[in-house]
Amino acid sequence: MRKIALTLAVSGSLLLAACGGSDSASDTTAPTTDGYATAAECVAANKTVEDGVLTIGTGDPAYSPWVIDDKPESKEGFEAAVAYAVAAELGFEDDAVKWVRTTFDEAIQPGAKNFDFNLQQYSITEERKQNVAFSEAYYTTNQAIVGLTDSAAKGATSLDDLKKLKLGAQAGTTSLDFITEVIQPDAEPFIYDDNAGAKAALEAKQIDAAVFDLPTALYVSAVEIEGSAVLGQFAAQDGAEADEFGLVFDLENGLVECANIALATLKENGSLASITAQWLSTSTNIPVIE
Amino acid sequence: MVSAQSRRAAYEKQRQRRSIAVATVSSLAVVAAIVVFVPRMPRWHRVRRSFFNGEVFRDSFPRLLDAFVLDVKIFLWSAPAILVLAMLVAMARNSRTPALFPVRVFTIAYTDIMRGVPVLLWIYLIGFGVPGLGLERPWNSPLLWGSVALVLTYASYVAEVFRAGIESIHESQRAAARSLGLSHWQTMRHVVIPQAVRRVVPALMNDMVSLQKDVALVSLIGPIEILRRAGVDKSKFANFTPYVAAAVIFLCITVPLTRATDYLLDRERRRMTGTKVRS
Repeated sequence: MRKIALTLAVSGSLLLAACGGSDSASDTTAPTTDGYATAAECVAANKTVEDGVLTIGTGDPAYSPWVIDDKPESKEGFEAAVAYAVAAELGFEDDAVKWVRTTFDEAIQPGAKNFDFNLQQYSITEERKQNVAFSEAYYTTNQAIVGLTDSAAKGATSLDDLKKLKLGAQAGTTSLDFITEVIQPDAEPFIYDDNAGAKAALEAKQIDAAVFDLPTALYVSAVEIEGSAVLGQFAAQDGAEADEFGLVFDLENGLVECANIALATLKENGSLASITAQWLSTSTNIPVIE
Repeated sequence: MVSAQSRRAAYEKQRQRRSIAVATVSSLAVVAAIVVFVPRMPRWHRVRRSFFNGEVFRDSFPRLLDAFVLDVKIFLWSAPAILVLAMLVAMARNSRTPALFPVRVFTIAYTDIMRGVPVLLWIYLIGFGVPGLGLERPWNSPLLWGSVALVLTYASYVAEVFRAGIESIHESQRAAARSLGLSHWQTMRHVVIPQAVRRVVPALMNDMVSLQKDVALVSLIGPIEILRRAGVDKSKFANFTPYVAAAVIFLCITVPLTRATDYLLDRERRRMTGTKVRS
């Protein structure tokens, strides 16, 4: 049984490597702008779901600090602010922006989409690019580790310190891959549907610490899990690339290019940096685990 | 007499051939309709890529198979515990000693409450709640308490199946056994229970098939079993194929189990009636 599994795994990864090659070829074509001078010009050449309206999808509920109080219309919160900034670059007034709520699964299903783009901290990965289209990254983050303040994870300064711990992650995030590929703990990690599950497991001491992206970790430890703290963050160059969040589009949607032009402008003129500074806490005081 | 017999046999054989032919043609028609028409739908290529993606299937299948081992383990240690506990509950409920009245009340409350609340809640409540009281490792393991939650809920369903079986045994069986000098417990042990269990085997198999699927609920409190693993791979690839791969693995177990149940049901029916009416 194990032998079969092994051969299957090997052939699977070979296949993956093979498509990785073809994928990077298509990558190089993705950022080209097809000669559109502005994002608005690009939008004119493409169709939105609803004419004259930009429909944006986000989670249900959308969590802080990405969207404050689950009200993206208020422009409060990092992703809400980014969405409106991108919309403005694309030539949509604030009242021409419509929000819809989708789960992760609704965003990746094969049928027609009810949004032009979707943002709910989607990490850009090569595997996902086979099935949905990503814009360029609008945020880059590190992974971070959250534990109760008296946890066994306290004072860990190296990955080796963490190997002995029982770790948890949230379903649907790239944190599990980070745990299994970078930390490589001795015990198998656990997964929870949401922060409530991770919290209960921390309190029942079933896990010593949980891994989140840094902004979520800061928020979860400050607001959601009483008595917990961000014990450390992982430098991006630790074998895994940093977690990059991108806007998700339907695979055959030309609007990706328009959003890339918009994001490039926002990066160039400093708007994206100031939105980031406004909504996401700076994390310089979190120790780096190497 | 002999010719009448063979005429009837020939007739029945002909009817049987005819029904096999009709069944084959209608099955082929359905398959052909699916194979021909579905790929002509405008977004079939996208659906195929999202649900039947060969690369994703091959990549995630070995991981799913590995994770399925946990499902099998949970099933293997939970099922015997369920059967034993359920039999104890059913027998307690069926006891006739006046002194055991409180026990009977307790078992009624137990089956009513456990069956009335979703399994999901028991998994959370027992899986997080009991270890949260301050148990130390390894006694706070979610695998342990998740299994306890499964055993307690499923035993309440299975206890009712056993009770139905016990109550279906005619009172004259007990009367005969008691008149031979057997005690109440001897009567249960040698006369009632063996007949009752045989009678409810198909219903038991049904519960076991359903347990086999509900084992996945233990993943809610942390452990990574096959459905959770499929969910992780779904997010990893933004593709639903891992669920299809998991379904293939599940089918390898549930189809033989349900076929066996059907066979048992059929055998029971033939033994009871001794005949079968064809269309």
